Order: sequence, then C-alpha cells, then structure tokens
Amino acid sequence: MDATIENIAVSQRANLEVFSGTLQHLAQTDRDVIVVTSDSRGSGKLVPFGQQFPEQIIEVGIAEQNLVGVAAGLASAGKKVFAVSPACFLTARALEQIKNDVAYSDNPVKLIGISAGVSYGALGSTHHSLHDFAVLRTINNLIVVAPADNFETEQAILLAAETDMPVYIRFGKKQMPLLSEEEKTFEFGKGRIVREGKDVTIIGTGETVAPALRAAEKLEREHQISATVISMHTIKPLDYDLLRNIAASGQPVVTVEEHSVYGGLGEACASYLIQNNFHNRFKIMGIPDEYTVTGSQTEIFNHYGISEGGIAAAALGLVR
Amino acid sequence: MLRVMSEKELAQKSVEYRKKILKYIYQAKAGHTGGSLSCIDILNVLYNHTMNVVPDSFDSPDRDRYIQSKGHTVEALYVVLASRGFFPESDLETLCQYQSHYIGHPTRKVHGVEQNTGALGHGLSLSVGTAIAGKLDKRDYRVFTVLGDGELPEGSNWEAALSASHYKLDNLCAILDKNTLQISGPTSAVCNTDPVDEKFEAFGWAVRHVDGHDIGELTAAFGALPFEKGKPSLIIAHTVKGKGVSYMENQLKWHHGVPDPKQYADAIQELDLLKETLSWAVPGNLT
Repeated sequence: MDATIENIAVSQRANLEVFSGTLQHLAQTDRDVIVVTSDSRGSGKLVPFGQQFPEQIIEVGIAEQNLVGVAAGLASAGKKVFAVSPACFLTARALEQIKNDVAYSDNPVKLIGISAGVSYGALGSTHHSLHDFAVLRTINNLIVVAPADNFETEQAILLAAETDMPVYIRFGKKQMPLLSEEEKTFEFGKGRIVREGKDVTIIGTGETVAPALRAAEKLEREHQISATVISMHTIKPLDYDLLRNIAASGQPVVTVEEHSVYGGLGEACASYLIQNNFHNRFKIMGIPDEYTVTGSQTEIFNHYGISEGGIAAAALGLVR
Repeated sequence: MLRVMSEKELAQKSVEYRKKILKYIYQAKAGHTGGSLSCIDILNVLYNHTMNVVPDSFDSPDRDRYIQSKGHTVEALYVVLASRGFFPESDLETLCQYQSHYIGHPTRKVHGVEQNTGALGHGLSLSVGTAIAGKLDKRDYRVFTVLGDGELPEGSNWEAALSASHYKLDNLCAILDKNTLQISGPTSAVCNTDPVDEKFEAFGWAVRHVDGHDIGELTAAFGALPFEKGKPSLIIAHTVKGKGVSYMENQLKWHHGVPDPKQYADAIQELDLLKETLSWAVPGNLT
C-alpha cells in the first residue's frame, strides 16, 4: 500500500528528539560515544544525555571552529564523536575545520547540524542554513544526509556511529510525520521510494519530503496524476542508480529542498541527468537567491511554494 | 624503542637536519626555509629526546602525539621523521613533485604524521581534542603542538586555549616557535601578540621561556612538564628565522626563499664548519 500522510499516525516526534534519544541509547552501551557541543546542549535536546553521561559530553562554549577541531582530535583517538551545533554556524563558521580537520584528515566525526534550513524561521538569515549542501558537496570524503522522518533520522544516527567516514547530518526541530510504516532498510547513498507513480517524480530531501508526499496525494485526488515520491536523504553520494531509473521512465522530475536553489539537491540531480543524456522536463524548487522572506518555517515554505499546493502546481506544470 | 640521545648528539643532529632541510628544499625548488630552520631544534628534541613515539608503535593508543600547527614548515618534520625511521629518507627526493605523497604541508599519507595541517590556527584545537581523549581514557600519552607566532591572530587558537585550561589539560604542551617574522614583516608590526606569555597565563596556561635553539634549555623544559599540575603548558621558544645559515637569519625573503646553487653551497659549507666545531667543542665519543 502506498503511504499516505493521512493514514499514518501523526504521533511523530521532531527529528531532533529522535537524534538525542538515539544518541542516549547508543551511549548506554558504548563509552566511546562522545558528544561535543557549543553551548548547544539545550537546543540539541541533549540535557538528559549530559545528565546521564556527564563524562561523555564535551562543552567548548560558543566556539564552532574549536568545536570541530576538538571533535576531530577526539575522533583521531578512537572516539565516536558527534559534534552538535546549529547547522548555520557549524557549516559556515567552522567550514575550514570541516574541510581540513574532518574530511581531509579523515577523522570520522559525525557533524550534526541542528535546526537546519529555515527551522529558525523569523530569527532570520544569520540562523538559516541554505548553503550547507552546496558547500559540503564540494568537499571530498564527506557523506551529506538530510533525513526526512523519524525512521530515517534514527537509522542515520545509528549508521553514522558505525561508519568510519565523516558524515554530516542535518535536520529541523519540527514534528515530522512518518512517511512509511513498512520501511526496514536504510543505507547512505540509497534514496527511499516513499510512493510509486507513473506520471511525475518528486524528489525531496529532509523536511520537504512530507509536503512532497502531500502534493502527490493532491495530484492523485484532484488531477488523477500519479506521482512517485523519493526521499533523497543522502545528498552525497547521490543515488545515481535510482536517478537513472527515474529518468529512464521519462517522467518529469521536480526536486524540492530546504536550501538555496543553487548548488543543492536539484542541481546535483540536474548535473547527473544532463551529463547522462537524460532530457526529462525538470524543475528545481527551494529557496530562491534573495533575502529570505520573514516568517516561520511553514510560512517561508508556503511563500516559496514548498507546500502541498506549490509542489503540486509545479509538478502539474511539467506534466501538462 | 630508540634510545634517547645526549645533548651533544642532539646538537650534532640539528646541524644534520638543517643540511637536509636545505638539501630537499633546494632540490624541490620549494619550501618554507626560514621557519623550518627556526623550529628544527624543537622537533629534534621532541622526537629524539622527549616523545614516546617510534615507527613500530605509531598505531599504539599510548604513543605521544605531535601535531604541527604551523604546517608550512613541513620540511623540518619530514627530515626528523625520516631520521627516526618512519620512512626512507630517499622518499624526500620526491618532495612536492607530481604525484608525490610528500606535499608541502603535513599529510597523514606520510607515515608518522598525526594530522593534516597547513591552514593556520588548527593544530591547537586538534591537540585539545586528542588530549581530552587521553584524559577520558586515562592514558598517559602527551600531546605536543608547535605553533607559529605568525598564526596566533587566528581566533581559533584562543578558542582552543580556553578549552585547554577549562579541561585542565596538563597532558598538552604547546611550543611557540617565536621567530618574530612572518611573510609580510615583523610579527610585532603585522599584528602584535606580545606580551604573549601574559595572554596565555591569563587564559590559564603555565608558561616558560626558552632559547629555542639551546638544546639544554629545550630538554630541561620538556623534562619539567607539566609546568603546573592541572594546567596546559606553553613553551615560548625564542628562535631565529633562518637559524644556522648566517645570510638567511632574520631575513624576510627566506620565509620561502629557495637558495641558488652558490647560496646552497655556502649554506652547506657553513653548516659543515659548525658541525666540525661542535665535535671539537664537546668532548666525548660521537659514535
């Protein structure tokens, strides 16, 4: 049965809470799990973690460069290190540390970008991360992940703890619906087919997959258009096999991301398609290159069409 | 484990290292000459006297760590690692050549290198993380890092300096290679960081000054670590950029100057003379 947002219990938690809960679970059996924070234990929902494992949380204060450098040093000594900071600061201020101390030096730090994208809403551009996919995609030896729902978040954290590669995982703080109850497998670099259709494919990532799924249901309901919905949780390495299959079907493709329309999921997909002689009709949805409108995450999403109606309209435009 | 060298042997070794630094920079036609010559005595004493690290146990979790924050003076590190047997010295013939692993900054592709550095202001945070791990695991290893005085304006150094004292990392020792010159001019004129001892003391560090070319002072300082229980240690090594080659000393152009054939020959001759003088000046068997 295809997943529909309505028939899935909306009892879900924020991915942020799943992250901190999963980490606490991991730390119970593994003394090497270390969290490094930059005055971010509250915003990272890590207060209970700190209370239960005071020796396994390192606080550096509001100093993101040091956060990532220290995390890299800990990882080089064999620790499973989760460096937790708002995505906006982590990936801009500490970009050189991510590039050199983590990725280039091959220190397998798990970089956790919390309150990613426009989660901070009306706090404005200083607190938004609409650049992180673009900059991190260009850095060798780094997996870039944006889990869509609680399942993907938990799996991503568990997998990241075990992988010997550097990983960046970003998510928001809003409650997320579970996209499918049947999902059993999760792999970095393997997109997740949330809904299968034959007329158009909508590829979302992170918190845009839920509105993409709603848009697909609307298309079915109101226009008898059957849409495939993909959660492309791993931005890098991108699932080229899945993209090839989608493209070969001839379906138009809409990508949706909580990121600048430049340099993220959409352009990564477009680059693959055009270089492999696929000429599917194609549309990139995201945050345009302008001063982002003021509002909550939902208001910003709606403003730029990252919504049930907006995504459905974009898909419709390509199909007709 | 290699035996610890005497001060006299160390002094001889320093001259040898200087010659090798010049040799490989001369051959590669590239390198950071002045700074490699200013920090070489520090690296010599660390690797041949102070640190517990040898090639066979480089993967041991208990080894002492050296992280070179001023990555650009990698020639000093490479010649010391080669002489300690981490790799054949002949590998350095490929320094900075096409497809060589021996690039112009420390890289873990070279056996013995702990961290990839080169961008300034990174070594101290990496060292802090490594030192915290040592404390968490109750291991006895120590972490050493050489900082350049020119890189101190990088704010990340001061972030790391705060964490080092916050976590009472007395297993961490930073050595400041204070050669007082950087690419644009005197460090005091570019961005003055003096009095640097007071700054680090204010950040909770225990600080000592040494002549960074005096083997005895260096071994004594390293032997006295930690300077204070519960505090990270800073050794301010007063050094001379280009040390050992008179025409290079304190000359800005030798920051990354490469000697021409005549200059190279003159430098080697000067160092050979110095080595001879050392062997006469200090009695004893040098075998």
